[in-house]
Parts: sequence; C-alpha cells; structure tokens
Amino acid sequence: MTMKAARIPKPNSFWSQRPGDKALDVIIWVLVLLAVAVTLYPFLYVLSVSISDGAAVARGDVLLLPKGFSLDAFGMVTRYKQLWISYGNSLFYTVAGTVANVLFTCLGAYPLSKKHFFLRRQLNFFVVFTMYFSGGLIPTYMVVTGIGLYNSRLAMILPVLVSTYNMMICRSAMASVPNDLFENAALDGASDFYMMTHVAIPLIKPTLAVLTLYYAVARYNDFFNAMLYLGDSNLQPLQMFLRRVLILSSSEILQQAGTSGAAAAAQNTLKIRYVCIVLAAVPIFCITPFVQKYLVAGTMLGAVKG
Amino acid sequence: MKKQKQPIGSTVVWTPRDPLHKQFMRDWRLLLMFVPVLIYYLVFCYLPMIGIVMSFEDFKMGSGFAGLFNSRWVGLQWFRQFFSSAFAWRLIRNTFLLSFYSLIFGFPIPIIFAIAITQLRAKRFGKVAQVVTYLPYFISTVVVVGMMTNFLSPSSGIINQLIVRMGGKAINFMSDPRWFRRLYVISGSWQTFGFNSIIFVAAIMGIDPALYEAMNMDGASRWQQIIHLVLPMISETIILLLIMTLGNLLNVGFEKVYLMYSPAVYETGDVISTYVYRQGIENHNYGYASAVGLFYSAVGFVFVVASNWLSRRMTGSSLW
Repeated sequence: MTMKAARIPKPNSFWSQRPGDKALDVIIWVLVLLAVAVTLYPFLYVLSVSISDGAAVARGDVLLLPKGFSLDAFGMVTRYKQLWISYGNSLFYTVAGTVANVLFTCLGAYPLSKKHFFLRRQLNFFVVFTMYFSGGLIPTYMVVTGIGLYNSRLAMILPVLVSTYNMMICRSAMASVPNDLFENAALDGASDFYMMTHVAIPLIKPTLAVLTLYYAVARYNDFFNAMLYLGDSNLQPLQMFLRRVLILSSSEILQQAGTSGAAAAAQNTLKIRYVCIVLAAVPIFCITPFVQKYLVAGTMLGAVKG
Repeated sequence: MKKQKQPIGSTVVWTPRDPLHKQFMRDWRLLLMFVPVLIYYLVFCYLPMIGIVMSFEDFKMGSGFAGLFNSRWVGLQWFRQFFSSAFAWRLIRNTFLLSFYSLIFGFPIPIIFAIAITQLRAKRFGKVAQVVTYLPYFISTVVVVGMMTNFLSPSSGIINQLIVRMGGKAINFMSDPRWFRRLYVISGSWQTFGFNSIIFVAAIMGIDPALYEAMNMDGASRWQQIIHLVLPMISETIILLLIMTLGNLLNVGFEKVYLMYSPAVYETGDVISTYVYRQGIENHNYGYASAVGLFYSAVGFVFVVASNWLSRRMTGSSLW
C-alpha cells in the first residue's frame, strides 16, 4: 500500500506532507511499534522458553524465539496434581464469584436507579460512603474470620460480593433507560423484579458485559483474600500456587517429577516456572480480545456527570 | 403519576410528598431487592468500622467480638507509639513516594500513546496495537511480579545474563533498595498504560472531524493540530483523571508491594499497608496495627474528599 502511494502521491499520502509532518509520522510509528514490542516481548520470551530445549535455556541462548523444541516441562507441570486442584478452585471462584457479583450488583443498582424510591438518597450515601472510608485491614480480617469464613470457599466470594464502583456504573446505566418503558411495563402489571430482569437488564447489556469482565478478571486474579483467609492448600486458587512457584521459588513440581541431579534441575527450573505463567495467562488472553468493543463504553462510564 | 397532573409549560409545582407509610407501601419491593446488598455492606463494610474501636484498646484475639467491649482502654497509646517510632516517617515517605513517582512517570504515557495511536495512518494496525497493549492490565499481579522476579534473577534471569555477556556485573535487582521504586513504577506503567489510554483515545475520537479540516484549510501542520486542537479538546478529560488519581494517591497497591518486597528492601519498599499487615496478621498486635490502619484510612479519606471537591469545582464532574 505504501509503495503504491509513493508512486502516485495522493493529497493525503505520507510523501505529500511537509517535512515536519513526515517526521511526525516516523515518530508515531516508532512510538507505537515500541509500545507493542515492549508489551509483547515478555510474553513471547516466556512462551519461547517454555517450549525450548532445556540445555539452550540454561545456556541463556533463548532471547526471543524458541531454540530447539521440548515439551518436557509442560509434561512435568501438567502431571502435578496440585496445579489442577488450584486451577479447579480458581475456575470455581471465578464462575461462582462472578455470577454472584453480577446478580447482587444488579439487585443493588436497580432500586438506587429509581428516582421515586423513597430511601434512594439515604441508601446511596450509605453505599458511597464506603468508597471514602473503610475500617481497614485488621477489623475486616476480624469480621471475616469472626463469622467463620476462615478456610471456607465463601471467603473468596462473600467479602467481595459487590464492588461499589461497579454498582455505581450499573446504577447510572439503569437510570439512563427511558422511564416510559418502565411505566408501560407497570401498566401491564409488571413487578419491580420483572421490570429489572426484562426491561432494565436487556437494555444495559453492553455495560453488564464490561462489568462481568471486570468482575471475572478480579475473581480469577484474586490473591489477597486467598492469602488472608485460605490456609488449606486444597482450597487455594491458582494465584497462590503461582506465588509459591514463581516468587518463593518452590521446587515442588521438580521434586514430584522425580528429576534428580543438579544439571536436570538447572535445565528445568526456569522452564517449569514459565510454563506455569503460560498456563495461567491462557484464559485471560482468550477472553479479553472478545470484549474489546465494549471496553470503551465501560471506561467512559467511570466518569459520571454529577 | 403526579407529574402528569402538572400543567404543561408551567414552572414545577410543589407537590406534598406522600406520608412515609404510603411511600413504604409503594416501594417496599424495591427495598426488599436491596436487602441482600444492605446486609453485605453492614457486615463487610460497616461492622469493621465499629471494629476501629480496637485502635484505642489493648485488644486480644481470643476474646472475639466481645473483646471489643471488655478490652482495656488505652486511649491514644498506639498512635503515640507509632508516631514516636522510627518506622512512621519511613512508612509515610515510602507510601507517598511510590505513588508520587507512579503518577509523574505513569500519567503522561497513556496520553502520549493515545495521541500517537489516533494519529497513526494504519488504522487497522492501530486497533491491533490497542488490543495488545491493554492485555497486561488483565494479567494478575502475581504473574507480573513473578515475571519480574525471574527476568531479573541474578543467576538465571535474562536481564542479568545480558549484562554479564556485555561484560558487566550481575545486579541483584529485587533485593537492592535503590531499585525497588524504579521496578515498581516501571512495571506498573507497563501494565496499565494501554488500558489507561482507552479513555483518552475515546476523547480524541470524539473530536469533530470538521475541526481538523478547518485547520487543514488554514494550512496548519499536524503538529499544530495536535498542540492547538487535540490537547485543548482532551484537557478536561486529563484534568478530571488527574484529580481522580490524586484522590487515590496514597492507595498504594498492597498486593504488589507485598509480592515484590523482602526485608532487604524495607528501607524503600515497606509501605503503611504492608506494615499494618505484618503487625496485625503476622505479629498479632491487633490494637496497634488497627490504629496505624485508622491513620491510613483517615488520610485517604481527606485525599478523596479533597479531590472530589476539586473535581466538582473545576470540571463539574465527579466520581459519583
């Protein structure tokens, strides 16, 4: 395309510009390519190491593209039972948590979006105040453990049932639904619950899609609550497992694979870690590009005219 | 239904509100819907606020909730202990500096990137570049810190391998206090610049194309378009986001610092929230930790209120 444009300069082409603007074009290309390269490089490198030959990795030969090919490390990691336990736990926390998040966010947002609701102002303040001020880590920890959520799967769901910020976004979206629609439904004898599920929710689907994404990612990535409230490794999510392997340098996978000898350990330690990163990132990389078109609408909703 | 009775075209007529019991009879179903959320906020947000009382008590864990009422009252002892300790200044300074450097370094990048991507002629590649650059935002903190730890490892990390190959000496980045802030800020910016640019891209796309054409007619260069059209048009968005960021200035992500730091880098890396965690959850000094946490919450409260007030005054918009 650029070549053709070069031969027959169109009024809008690169070559028809004044020198300053040509320089601008070059700077822009450099900036954008740099941004893409800086973003992608760590992921490509991790992927390359995870499938490269162990000896090449240990020598430090892998810089960008894979050297040799070996799925040994994938085998070792996927044969490790604890990985699948934590993967399964993460799946459960993500699905159950997100469903609960979205459900209760809608239930809370709908009454707050009704202008005539007699407690609207009071409840609004009640909710928003928690964005300004919180009891802090220690009292919250006391409450959660005090009601018996320590080492309970509910500890990953109940303390983060609703995000106030997301509920405010949902409330504004519901408030923007034309009132006539609700009045018509009311004349047909619809209840408030029916109006929420059949009038409000279908009309704010793009917003809900973004909120669902935010919630799902937050539940999948939640490390903080797991660290505070889940001591039992059979309940811990993937993030706790990843921390042990990636940051605390646990060699549990290598040990259970029965690899002996310093050479084998040196060849596989790094590969095993990077395989774990690949496995953890796969769900995120699969899902996020599909909701891209809703993201803009979702971020714009953050700033609500007051 | 009252609205319809008002004469059209007149100023709003004051209508007496229904008595409370009538309002309740009309809206009780809405209230019922809200009850689960109400319980959530009471238990997980407001009950802990009552728990703040323990900041003024010699609280012992074994006593549970009842301990709040029968623990020994110590007044401001924990606050005095904190502010007279050597840690107070270091923690406040570290918390502030981490946020401050993140703001200075991290705030302009999304704006520059948004301008670059909207000025790019290859529109399709621009779309791809956008999707690619916001992916890291959704990667967990554990994975980001995990990658950083392994890339920077003195023995097997790629960065140090390159340094050694070029004749340098391996640097133990993760346990060097001089590197902590830089690593925190750079990795944070790497993770968020693409996502944070979305709102600026949207603002730039919202500019009326006729304005560009008018400037073209007047012989303006693209540089001039950026400086005299694009920047002024997105200045309100920039100011709004800047104020909102200032409001959360002291909200240093606990998770990331906790995952990154070690006793070797406490000098620059230890922040208030990690100190509260160590004192409370690890050392069981509940009263003391909760007092430090209360100080932190109070400062945060002032910042958010101030930024919201500023935002209303300057842009007419506010967070909520």
